[in-house]
Amino acid sequence: MSATAAMEVNAEARRILAVSISKLYASRTQRGGLRLHRSLLLSLVMRSARDIYHSSRENEGPSCAQPTPEEPMDTGSNPGELTGLPEPQPEPQPALNSAELASEEPDSAEEDSDSEITEDKENLSPTRQSRKRRGKASAAPDFLPSKRARLEPGEERYAAPLGSCRAGAGESLTALSLNRVIPAF
Amino acid sequence: MAVVVVLKANDVQWCFSQVKGAIDDDVAEADIISTVEFNHSGELLATGDKGGRVVIFQQEPECKSQPQCRGEYNVYSTFQSHEPEFDYLKSLEIEEKINKIRWLPQQNAAQFLLSTNDKTIKLWKISERDKRPEGYNLKEEDGRYRDFNTVTTLRVPVFRPMDLMVEASPRRVFANAHTYHINSISVNSDCETYLSADDLRINLWNLEITDRSFNIVDIKPANMEELTEVITAAEFHPNQCNTFVYSSSKGTIRLCDMRASALCDKHSKLFEEPEDPNNRSFFSEIISSISDVKFSHSGRYMMTRDYLSVKIWDLNMESRPVETYQVHEYLRSKLCSLYENDCIFDKFECCWNGNDSVVMTGSYNNFFRMFDRGYRQDVTLEASRENSKPRSVLKPRKVSTGGKRKKDEISVDSLDFNKKILHTAWHPMDNIIAVATTNNLYIFQEKLN
Repeated sequence: MSATAAMEVNAEARRILAVSISKLYASRTQRGGLRLHRSLLLSLVMRSARDIYHSSRENEGPSCAQPTPEEPMDTGSNPGELTGLPEPQPEPQPALNSAELASEEPDSAEEDSDSEITEDKENLSPTRQSRKRRGKASAAPDFLPSKRARLEPGEERYAAPLGSCRAGAGESLTALSLNRVIPAF
Repeated sequence: MAVVVVLKANDVQWCFSQVKGAIDDDVAEADIISTVEFNHSGELLATGDKGGRVVIFQQEPECKSQPQCRGEYNVYSTFQSHEPEFDYLKSLEIEEKINKIRWLPQQNAAQFLLSTNDKTIKLWKISERDKRPEGYNLKEEDGRYRDFNTVTTLRVPVFRPMDLMVEASPRRVFANAHTYHINSISVNSDCETYLSADDLRINLWNLEITDRSFNIVDIKPANMEELTEVITAAEFHPNQCNTFVYSSSKGTIRLCDMRASALCDKHSKLFEEPEDPNNRSFFSEIISSISDVKFSHSGRYMMTRDYLSVKIWDLNMESRPVETYQVHEYLRSKLCSLYENDCIFDKFECCWNGNDSVVMTGSYNNFFRMFDRGYRQDVTLEASRENSKPRSVLKPRKVSTGGKRKKDEISVDSLDFNKKILHTAWHPMDNIIAVATTNNLYIFQEKLN
């Protein structure tokens, strides 16, 4: 695949992922609760788009930095994780890695989530990286809505100190989300 | 040069007959029609809407003065079948939208139908009252008791005619059996039982018993993260009371025999067509999801509807359908936009005509399509107010797919995707069809000479 074609596919995949995620968010507030069928179809599209996104990024050429070695949560090869579907419950979560990152970590204090994905994220020092669960995809893809805390008038944004008590938050939140998908019936 | 014109042997022409519903373009959400169903004789036509109401139309007897016109359908009964509810445990609202209506075969003077929303099925009795007793000895006509001292004679109360009153009363409520959203109900040919299907389970009910049901299919995985498909529709075989089918979001249909075991998780037959690798896209899985499955009246075939096509399956052949009809193949290149505007999730239904020779399904722009299986013809017609002069013949419509648009053709980009026909019904015996646009019900009849 040529570089431009790969980029187009990449852009298309990202767009579809963004549209899918916004649909998933919107479906939470639908009357009648979450529709299992619709959520399943959305997650299938998201999975295809994400796989294409990954494979086209890998095909983009040697100019990109290589991804870091496998993180503990490898989403690519575990089909079970991908279809973590919302139950008709108040706060279900899809088990897709990127979606979880967006929904489970409201205060991504360690980084400026407005920034584009840059190769630099792959090369962050381990202490900064280990606070978030990452798969083959890097953190916070650029198509996701910003998750910065809303500031009150007069407040200023500070960089959170490293090694704060939120260190464990990432893991426990995502673990919580996986468990919540499993129904309690 | 001689030009030979071969008249098609089957040249049914369709005429506008009636349209029901409000004329304004501003559609109230509660008025959106969500299901249409003829009863077994075709005399009654029921519609359900998003507001939880059921409206039943009755066909007038054919008038002798105008034999070319079959009777019109007029409102027979209207009632509120379901109300919005709230599930306090899950903090979820339960919509009152009527997902399906199914008539029971008539066994006495009254009519019975099953109507369902996402969670609860109700059996309604619709009965007529056209006379009332008059001339009581102890009561006045308005019901007040007479003073005994004024009663000096004895008379026998008699029935006197009154204006026809049609009463609908809920006879059974089948509740609390479905965790997920009910998508189908189907009455068994034994007229004693029926099935209800949600995304993951199918339950078998006895029409007399509301406090329990048998679970006959359960595809819920132990770990919900492993879920890969859901049930999208289910139907009993029209003649064999032990057989039913259910379709899935993966495009497969499973035929089950209830004699095999109590829990029919193992299918007797699996109908699946291998996917065409050339058509693979992001949205292949969505468009292969089956939105409706219907047995033919004969019971020999079944029809499935997925997003772009209608397929006819022979129950004796599982490997592929015997016939495939493209409903709107020109949409295949537009799947991404249809995904963005949510149209790709639309669930179209399909139906057979009385003798299983023609099938019908809806499309966008208020178009609907008919496929004649015998003569291998298809036609696209439109339900619109512009074509609604009484007995005006519907002109076939065409969507231009190539570069050059002929006169009278519509280009794909000018199709109105908000005007969709999801629900259609065909009279069980005659060529009368009911087609639901968003909030209007159109009735078309065959042109009779």
